[in-house]
Amino acid sequence: MGSNMITHFDLIAILPEIFLLGLIAIVMIVDVFRKKQINGNTISWITFLGLLIIILVTLLFLSPGNTTRYAWGGMMRVDAASFTFQLIVMIGAAITTLFSMYHQEVNDKGEYFAMLLLSVIGMSMMAASSNIILLYLAIETTAIPLYVLVGFLTNNNFSIESGLKYFLFGAFTSAVLLYGFSLLYGFTGSTHFTEILAAIEAGKISTGLLVFILLLTIVGFGAKISGFPFHFWAPDAYQGAPTPITGYLSTASKAIGFVVIMRFMVSIFSPEPQSWTLLLALMATASMFVGNLLALVQKDIKRMFAYSSIAHAGYILIGVASGTALGFKASMYYLLAYLFTNLAVFGVIHIVEKSKKSSEIESFHGLMQRSPGIALVFLIAVLSLAGIPPFGGFVSKVLVFMAAMDAGLIWLLIIGIVNSIIALYYYLTVLRITFADSEESKSQTIYLGWKLALSVCVIGIILMGVIFTPWLNWLEVASTNLMLLH
Amino acid sequence: MDFPILSVTIFIPLIAGLIILLFGRQKPGWIRPIALAASSLVLALTLIIWASYSIEKAGYQFTEYLPWLPQLGISYHLGVDGIGVAMLVMTGLVVFSGVMVSWNIDNRPNEFFSYLMFLATSVLGVFSSLDLFLLFFFLELAVFPKYLMIVIWGYPKTRNYGGMKLTLYLFIGSVLALIGALAIYQASPEKTFDLLLLENTAFSVEMQRIWFPFVFLGFAILGGIFPFHSWAPDGHVAAPTAISMLLAGVEMKVGVFAALRVGIMLLPEGARHWATWIMVLATINVVYGAFIAMIQKDFKYVIGFSSVSHMGLVLIGFASLNYNGLLGAGLQMFSHGVMTALFFSIVGMVYDRTHTRDIASLGGLYKVMPWAMVGFIVGGLVSMGMPGLSGFIAEIPIYMGVWQVAPVVAIISVISIVVTAAYILLVVRKVFFGELPKEFEGKVKDITAKDKIVIGLLSLFMIAIGLVPSLMVPLIETGVNHILAILGGA
Repeated sequence: MGSNMITHFDLIAILPEIFLLGLIAIVMIVDVFRKKQINGNTISWITFLGLLIIILVTLLFLSPGNTTRYAWGGMMRVDAASFTFQLIVMIGAAITTLFSMYHQEVNDKGEYFAMLLLSVIGMSMMAASSNIILLYLAIETTAIPLYVLVGFLTNNNFSIESGLKYFLFGAFTSAVLLYGFSLLYGFTGSTHFTEILAAIEAGKISTGLLVFILLLTIVGFGAKISGFPFHFWAPDAYQGAPTPITGYLSTASKAIGFVVIMRFMVSIFSPEPQSWTLLLALMATASMFVGNLLALVQKDIKRMFAYSSIAHAGYILIGVASGTALGFKASMYYLLAYLFTNLAVFGVIHIVEKSKKSSEIESFHGLMQRSPGIALVFLIAVLSLAGIPPFGGFVSKVLVFMAAMDAGLIWLLIIGIVNSIIALYYYLTVLRITFADSEESKSQTIYLGWKLALSVCVIGIILMGVIFTPWLNWLEVASTNLMLLH
Repeated sequence: MDFPILSVTIFIPLIAGLIILLFGRQKPGWIRPIALAASSLVLALTLIIWASYSIEKAGYQFTEYLPWLPQLGISYHLGVDGIGVAMLVMTGLVVFSGVMVSWNIDNRPNEFFSYLMFLATSVLGVFSSLDLFLLFFFLELAVFPKYLMIVIWGYPKTRNYGGMKLTLYLFIGSVLALIGALAIYQASPEKTFDLLLLENTAFSVEMQRIWFPFVFLGFAILGGIFPFHSWAPDGHVAAPTAISMLLAGVEMKVGVFAALRVGIMLLPEGARHWATWIMVLATINVVYGAFIAMIQKDFKYVIGFSSVSHMGLVLIGFASLNYNGLLGAGLQMFSHGVMTALFFSIVGMVYDRTHTRDIASLGGLYKVMPWAMVGFIVGGLVSMGMPGLSGFIAEIPIYMGVWQVAPVVAIISVISIVVTAAYILLVVRKVFFGELPKEFEGKVKDITAKDKIVIGLLSLFMIAIGLVPSLMVPLIETGVNHILAILGGA
């Protein structure tokens, strides 16, 4: 910190973002100069391949290993946690790109993919920021493209309405968050996490005020992960958005919200561990109950999985609320498994929705006999959500429950278990409909890009369900680095 | 390294199931041969395990160990003791019979046989697990096959209700046990899920008393303990024949087996503390189940409630916590598994041909399906505890064991023998003897050769063990001695 020169390391730290910016430029230029086709997928393939290359470069050359370094004068913290979540976001975006193919309203539009990539840049910065100004800018860089993407189906009033709702809610919670940040700056005189923490430890902020700031920031972060009571935007936005974007919102966007919460709580509020863990534990409880109970009565499958996604935010919060390295590790594992699982769920919903022109649950009736392939993918993904082995969701749930037991939060563990029972009811109901007998035999068309995306998801779900050690070893590094304060 | 016979036994059905699921649509002719081959192989392997288990050496044998997630104390650890061997053999028999009696399923056979195979993997895995995490892994694997099999191929009127009820009850039971299991993990000094290490850990008395009910009750729900038994009759009746056989025959044993392995063996002090309560609930199971079975009008519900009654005897045996009680419970687990599978298979055969399960409208079936009648009578005699059959050598030790600790319970539960005799004889008289109703004449055909093989095979085991108890008793004894050592040492 302190040097005004841009160092070599500063550039390396934002190399993925630089590449992503380049990719955006390519996408926009190609979009201008190419011949318009009705059902062309050129732009989607360019976006996908570009992302693939960036993922590979990041994975192979930019891994920080076990080191923790600051870049840009302490604005960014490059460690295993930021690296992991950057990868999660990019993988999520790549899979989303594949699902967006053959979607007539988006696949031909350069601005759709440019917005998607722009949100990736924002999220990538969120994962690494260790400065409240940068964090706020990154959050907005992420949010604005997402508002656009949710309301992207301009000939569909519901999509526009949901985009607007998402925007209003997002803008409001961001404002509250910003107020919290301004108080932090006002009382500590710094924007860097480490310096703010030092000032808090030196007693510059009274406990009452600190708890007030905590509440303000929780409003902003709670909305990002769609935790109760800041979840109101989610069902509408999930239902109205183009389905690939729904998948993206529920996985990548949520994952980044969580890593920011973990980093921020540990970095800023470590002198007050009881208040933030209790607050998050309460939020977990409410999110699980609200999400699962409301999912029970839904008729629209996208809405049902929107509520399910709120409930899952609750399960993940169990790990965060335990406030230990084990808990963080469990939550990260959960997020990684959830990435593949929920992308697969919304991918299948997208495919069925396209052929049935409806996202009612009934449009899944007899899917197993129409298209056994995607019905089996759906089975795997839903079972993983329900926490059934041998899929990633089972291990994730056991890990967060272990973390709760380890932290002495037995009441939270029991609430989590009660909720997995409630959730099993509607997951099984959906599966029953999917596997019901049906006369209809017209099979779904499944394009190459979709097949590729679904295969990646299924492999991810199963790998995370039967082989745990490599991923957990990696997340062990990420979670312990995240907990290091200096 | 030795031949990993347990892994092979567990994963043969899984692989066969995957092959059937993925390729069964293109090659429908291969589905049944593959399922039959896999189940025969499993039966053969379980018989080999039985034959080569060394009674002198006792303890856990055929062990396999692979670290899975060492940093959290999770390993792929397999091995069986005497009771586990008996359970594997019983599973082998029931799975084989299940494939045989389902031969004529023609609605989506590829899915049916593959889910049946997945279910087999799940139960074989639970009986062989020596790691608590692995045990839950295998246990939860069964959730979707059993649910889907009931709602797709079950009895149309009740399948949605029965399937959901059964699956949710079993899930509630298993997650309740999971809470206890995590508490055991947390309390263990090595932070391990390994059952062998946990067996040798002396947990504090207070901890055992708090967490024992979670583990034991959770698993006992799977075994149909009162007042959480109602899933069993509803679920079994809604299920297709092969699944009724597997659920009542094997899955209920999975519950009590895990209750024994995890509840009593890991938390012996907790078991001693709560034994009276288990005894009370189990006695209600035995007597209430028998009386309710007697007043049923539906053939399949009679068998469903008789399972509830007989599983109560297993739990009474556990709760007596002495040599006789545990020995009888182990034998009863085997005997009841085979017996109830036989019952459900015959109920299925009768229903497939008459299309009714209403006892009042059945009759005189001995004329058209004599084999079914013989099989049902053999099963009935086992159920009543008639000497010379496996039911006798299982039930007598249970009553002896419970007499030592609570004579009142023995006296009350003995009532069930009379009631059992009453309902079995009633059913036999109504369904198989008397006049064949007019509408069945000429229409109801005899059962197939495959059905006869099933009846013959299952009856053979019950008679053989009844006549030559030494086939099974020493095997169970090795397991019981180990449990007694744990109980004595605590």
